[in-house]
Amino acid sequence: MDYFKEFIKGVWQKNPILVLGIGMCPTLAVTTSASNAIWMTIATTFVLLGSNILVSAIRSIVPTHVRIPIFITIIASFVIIVELTLKAFQPDVYKALGIFIPLIVVNCIILGRAEEFASKNSTIRSILDALGMGLGFGLTLFTLAVIREILGANKLFGYTLINGMKPAIIMILAPGAFFTLGLLLWAMNVIKARKSWFKRTE
Amino acid sequence: MEIKILFTILISTIFINNYVLSRILGLCPYLGVSKKLDSAIGMGLAVIFVMTMASFFTFIIYKFVLIPFHIEYLRTIAFIIVIASLVQLVEMVIEKISPALYQALGIFLPLITTNCAVLGVAVLNIESGFITQEFGLLNSVVQGFGAGVGFTLALLLMAGIRERLEIAMVPENLKGLPITFITAGLMAMAFLGFSGMKIF
Repeated sequence: MDYFKEFIKGVWQKNPILVLGIGMCPTLAVTTSASNAIWMTIATTFVLLGSNILVSAIRSIVPTHVRIPIFITIIASFVIIVELTLKAFQPDVYKALGIFIPLIVVNCIILGRAEEFASKNSTIRSILDALGMGLGFGLTLFTLAVIREILGANKLFGYTLINGMKPAIIMILAPGAFFTLGLLLWAMNVIKARKSWFKRTE
Repeated sequence: MEIKILFTILISTIFINNYVLSRILGLCPYLGVSKKLDSAIGMGLAVIFVMTMASFFTFIIYKFVLIPFHIEYLRTIAFIIVIASLVQLVEMVIEKISPALYQALGIFLPLITTNCAVLGVAVLNIESGFITQEFGLLNSVVQGFGAGVGFTLALLLMAGIRERLEIAMVPENLKGLPITFITAGLMAMAFLGFSGMKIF
């Protein structure tokens, strides 16, 4: 039960994007289509998992003064693995995600989890934490991407939904990204306010 | 001729492909430091400086170290280390030379390492093919400078708006991040107007 809590907290209670508000750049930039969002999630979760495992494994021998450079080097190595693998096996995905693959290095979620969680907890807990955070990140990305792809391109996973309908292209462009995330955060606040209101009236 | 190209790069990085509002890079500091105008100015200046320096050094390292040794795939790791040490160096130099400026910029400097716009401009300099050009180094430095100016422009505009939003009547649930994102969306829409612009 305790382990399950470690896993599930990343999905809602400590959702990296909606609650902690970190890792915004890839969230907004790659959610132009659902498949992009899924690939980005896979790439980020892999790096997060790798860095969390390694950081928690060496946490007792890392000197505190130089921990940040060490963490960044570990993260960058995993990013290079992802970069080369995608380039070799999924060249289309590599092209679509573009510079946001190397930019996984500076995704605050990964360094944040290494610093805040993996450097203080056991490897098993860190693995669960990474998977949970990855899932929370992925679900948020997927929601955003589905909304934006349907409204902005009239498509889902590349298939046209309504024949002959003209999509609102703005949703695919940068403004649509900001609007969608703004409204999603607003919806989240409304749900939270409702919950606490119900608690008070009970 | 070269001046024309440089001018085109400058205008396009500041307005047409604004790093924050069009490419969606560097959002963490953009949202984090845009609450007050004075801290936004400090952050903006620090970012301009680090981006220009980073473009210069990453270009040199890519061209004269990574390419001759055929280790281009180490690009990401090399760049992030360069940027991190550059930020550290800048911090130390400013602290020594001008304590007043250090007081103003101090807390923002470490944050710049994780600003994805800085690594973004370094990677984009390589991907835009400047490496093979004759004046590639100059081009990439100008692109870095322009990216920094564009970031600062967006940051200052946002800080100005947010200072006003503080006293505006915003619905309870929209307060904080949601209204900031919607404002950013409107700003991005305004910047879309530049995308049809043609220079020369």
